[in-house]
Amino acid sequence: MNRLFGALPARARAALLVVFVLLLAAPWIAGPYLLSVLVLALYYAYVGQAWNVMMGFAGQLSLGHALYVGLGAYVSAALYVHGGIGPWLGAPIAAAVAALAGAAIGFLAFRFGIGGVYFALLTIAFAEFTRIGFEHIDWLGGAGGLFLPVVERGRLDIVDLRGGPRLFYYLLLALAVGSLLLCRTLRTSRIGFYWLAIREDPDAARALGIDLFKYRVLAAAISAAMASVAGVVAAFYYNSLTPADSFGAAKSIEIILGPLVGGLGTLIGPILGAFVLTGLSEGLRALLDATGHQMPGATQLFYGIVLLLVIKYLPNGIWPGLARRLGLVERER
Amino acid sequence: MTWDVYANVIIGGILTGLVYGLMALGLSVIFGVVRVVNFAHGEMMMVAMYLAVLGCGTWGIDPLWLMVPLAALLFVFGYALQSLVVHPFMTRPDHAQFMLLVAVGMILTNGALIVFGPDARGVQVDYALDSLEWGPLLIDKVRLYAALAALAVAAALFAFFRLSATGKAIRACADNYRGALVVGLDVRRLFALTFGCGTACVGAAGAMLVLLGDVTPSLGPAYTLLAFVIVIVGGLGSMAGALVAGVLIGVSEALAGLILVPSMKSMVSFGLLILVLMFRPQGLLGRSS
Repeated sequence: MNRLFGALPARARAALLVVFVLLLAAPWIAGPYLLSVLVLALYYAYVGQAWNVMMGFAGQLSLGHALYVGLGAYVSAALYVHGGIGPWLGAPIAAAVAALAGAAIGFLAFRFGIGGVYFALLTIAFAEFTRIGFEHIDWLGGAGGLFLPVVERGRLDIVDLRGGPRLFYYLLLALAVGSLLLCRTLRTSRIGFYWLAIREDPDAARALGIDLFKYRVLAAAISAAMASVAGVVAAFYYNSLTPADSFGAAKSIEIILGPLVGGLGTLIGPILGAFVLTGLSEGLRALLDATGHQMPGATQLFYGIVLLLVIKYLPNGIWPGLARRLGLVERER
Repeated sequence: MTWDVYANVIIGGILTGLVYGLMALGLSVIFGVVRVVNFAHGEMMMVAMYLAVLGCGTWGIDPLWLMVPLAALLFVFGYALQSLVVHPFMTRPDHAQFMLLVAVGMILTNGALIVFGPDARGVQVDYALDSLEWGPLLIDKVRLYAALAALAVAAALFAFFRLSATGKAIRACADNYRGALVVGLDVRRLFALTFGCGTACVGAAGAMLVLLGDVTPSLGPAYTLLAFVIVIVGGLGSMAGALVAGVLIGVSEALAGLILVPSMKSMVSFGLLILVLMFRPQGLLGRSS
């Protein structure tokens, strides 16, 4: 713990503690609607953190991360529906499958020297390829989707992850905190510094003897495995999944909005971005509902405008500037 | 008996592929010169398709005639977008440029969803079901006209880049950015012109595509991906490659629709894209860097 948080100023540690306690208490204060919004925000915080490992840390732009989230969802749901294997065993299997997929795509791309825009397009192509493929696998429900058996409301079954929003809230909170700690560990360890070197200047990193290929593939595998766990939780929370929703390009974009808005490559950025975006879009929806407007594309339109403004005026995201203003920046080491 | 079925499908694929090729040509021209990947390409075409449907429905003008004003309108849009929005991003990292255009694409798609609604819209022309018979071959008139128009626009663009002084200046910017600055070319204006030419292709292609199918807001991202596939297969930045790969993708999708299930046809395109990226990342007609 000391290694993880020793470098933070006292007020940053205090702020973290306050936020954490607030988040712990939230389900007992918030109503059902607010709780569902918080679940959504934590979900995007976690999955954004996973994407951030690949892009923010290692500098590899993946625009197809829905692939790994979707794989996690489908693997765990299929194991549960067809094999009776519960999510606690299904999640590691799903993570292994996703890590393999991430490593395989990374292997192919980095072995053949595919970078920049070509890599981004390759990730989209794999996600789309998988989406259309899954629409034709009847065993997984085809285009109509795969459904998990729904049990009566109010029953709590932690073994099979059957329960109300509170269960999923705490699960996602644990994942978000866990991923924050994991990323903090990665960031301050050898591999994190290697990634930083690769991101900032691949040629210089290579000259220093860093194995670019190995560490890029590692970033892809770790990021994919983390993302897949989000898919597992989403599958058991929503009880239904379709290829279009799971692997679609729109999903991939939603995943990366949080880190981009919050601050690419920072640890708090993905969390802050997810909460800001989810909060704003839910507020917008509530406003539209209250004024009696039904606009199907309004949220996405709003995301587009926010993304445009953030990219233009806050290229580093919200967090770096905010952290400096609040005096929460780490001491120089 | 069966060969003429295949021949008809292949001819249809070639004709559709030429229209796809024109759309992809726009993307290729923009990337080849400005080095920006237009992630809002299909979304712009979707908007052009809606405008064509509106123009045809309101004034009863044939979409093929609407091609000219739509190309002009999208030229202005592309020119303004490049010089006002994209140009300040020229020195920013790649991913910032991508995300900027992704944002523009999201705004266009969902703006269209709010304005036009999610339902498919199409146009009716009186020659919609006519076809030319040539022995056992049946050629749809609509497809033939659209393909000929696509070829004409592509030829005009080739001529512009090869023959006109402005076109040569644009190619100079693409070949040597710093050199172009040194000899005093107005790079900002030339980039905006190029972006405008690229989006004009999309405007023209959109007017043709409403003849071949209905338009919905969700077509935007799908066509962006299709344009990427074509351009990567043909070679990013290669004008001839875009047309050739457009035909290749048109034919392979048409054949996949015949041999496999129609809904699996774009899987063939993405498979082709993955193969090309693996084994010939510069594309079929691209120059290796």
